[in-house]
Amino acid sequence: MTAALAITDLRKTYDNGFTALKGINLSVQQGDFYALLGANGAGKSTTIGIISSLVNKTSGSVRIFGYDLDTQRELAKSQIGLVPQEFNFNVFEPVGEILINQGGYYGIERAIAAERAEKLLKQLGLWEKRKEQARTLSGGMKRRLMIARALVHEPRLLILDEPTAGVDIEIRRSMWEFLTDLNESGITIILTTHYLEEAESLCRNIGIIDQGQLIENTSMKTLLSRLDTETYVFDLVEPIEQIEDKGACHFELRDPTTLEVSYHKEDFSLNQIFAFLNQKGLQVLSMRNKTNRLEQLFIDLVEGNKA
Amino acid sequence: MNAQQKWTAYYTILIREVLRFSRIWIQTILPPVITTALYFIIFGNLIGPAIGEMHGFTYMEFIVPGLIMMAVITNSYANVVSSFYGSKFQGNIAEMLVSPVPNWIILAGFVSGGIARGMAVGAAVTMVSLIFSKLYIEHLFVMFTIGLLTSTLFSLAGLINGVYAKSFDDISIVPTFVLTPLTYLGGVFYSITMLPEIWQKISLLNPVLYMVNGFRYGVLGIADIPIWISYLIILGFIALLASFSMYLLNRGIGIRT
Repeated sequence: MTAALAITDLRKTYDNGFTALKGINLSVQQGDFYALLGANGAGKSTTIGIISSLVNKTSGSVRIFGYDLDTQRELAKSQIGLVPQEFNFNVFEPVGEILINQGGYYGIERAIAAERAEKLLKQLGLWEKRKEQARTLSGGMKRRLMIARALVHEPRLLILDEPTAGVDIEIRRSMWEFLTDLNESGITIILTTHYLEEAESLCRNIGIIDQGQLIENTSMKTLLSRLDTETYVFDLVEPIEQIEDKGACHFELRDPTTLEVSYHKEDFSLNQIFAFLNQKGLQVLSMRNKTNRLEQLFIDLVEGNKA
Repeated sequence: MNAQQKWTAYYTILIREVLRFSRIWIQTILPPVITTALYFIIFGNLIGPAIGEMHGFTYMEFIVPGLIMMAVITNSYANVVSSFYGSKFQGNIAEMLVSPVPNWIILAGFVSGGIARGMAVGAAVTMVSLIFSKLYIEHLFVMFTIGLLTSTLFSLAGLINGVYAKSFDDISIVPTFVLTPLTYLGGVFYSITMLPEIWQKISLLNPVLYMVNGFRYGVLGIADIPIWISYLIILGFIALLASFSMYLLNRGIGIRT
């Protein structure tokens, strides 16, 4: 099957001499939900800028659903919907008009674009705002407007550059649901985000860019399986005064009812830990991961690349 | 994109541009109409009788074509430069850049928007002139085509300014320090035959002179310069500026990183 996105030896050196990309090779399969992660300035936005034709590349090639961005530009661009990091619509234009115009730039007649705009605005809870100038929208609404705008021409590949930045948790969750539904309907999604929990929840595959290079490109499952240590926090029903380690399983009492457990996944299972706690007569009220697992891996990989 | 899709894209940009300046008509249409009305009152009504006739017409009748042309020039230019730079400033130029719409359609859309405003203001100023003067139309085709082509030319110039502009100052420098002097010295208020010979020759270097004279020929049937030279100069500048605009858009200068 043709890849939704195939990038070969992509390089970018800016006029000021800064090399943002040092030869990226990346393939995203059709139907994937792909996370592209990296610290600020790592090269994510440059990569997305080149894919979406907002940044001129220095060398390399980009193919979108098999269409070469240099030689089959119109076909390649028709496949992409872009949700950029910054709000970049005309704030004085009415919300509905922004969508209809965007459809027009893709050659979609106004009547058809208007129908699609209505559907999208209703789905994203913006229909009531369709006649209002975009500047009157809240931050969360503006983010949703950007998503609606990117979808009006029904792209096969949706690229979202930090779509949930600055959005409250409720709206973020509803956007996650919307994006999951989109992906299930067959749209390939590439997502960059600083919320690693977001990437872990939504994406099946992941690439990590650091200093202009792709230092990791694998499935989320494979990446997470590399974590050999898990740390959980247990809330206990009854307070305790102390508890000793069980071999390589380390217990630390944060307060009389909060117990932190760290263990190597190869040596222990959660069942064994619960059995041990049961044996000690301790009852667990609730539990949670202490740290975001992907966050730990991300830091390890980026630190490792620097070394 | 097929031809129908390209037409839709062009039409979208044009509609967007027309709606943009129509929504803010108090800033875009009304001021040039008021300014030109003041010119008619002061230069035409008050000072004009003291000046007497020019080429067989009253001074008011003589300046009407020039003032219409001045409004067309400044508004065509202003529309495109402000809209294009505004799109860059707000970032919404990216809406077009990420889409498959070809650059020549982007150019045609913005330029058509400039022409629409230039012609709308030109028509409004013409209406106002009827209050003060009888409107002669000696050569309707010449009047219309010179107006349209001049509007096209200055819309292209506005786009080039918009491409290079990096601040709001940059979009007012050219109109203030280049466009206004060229227009005022382009024979709007006088015939170059009134100037000393050396200044007549220097005036011939001013492209606006050919436009004002061409338009005046269409309206009054008189001109300091043969009409075919006006057409040649305007078409030559259009070809030059259109080619340069396409070069800028294709290279992504000022709009792509």
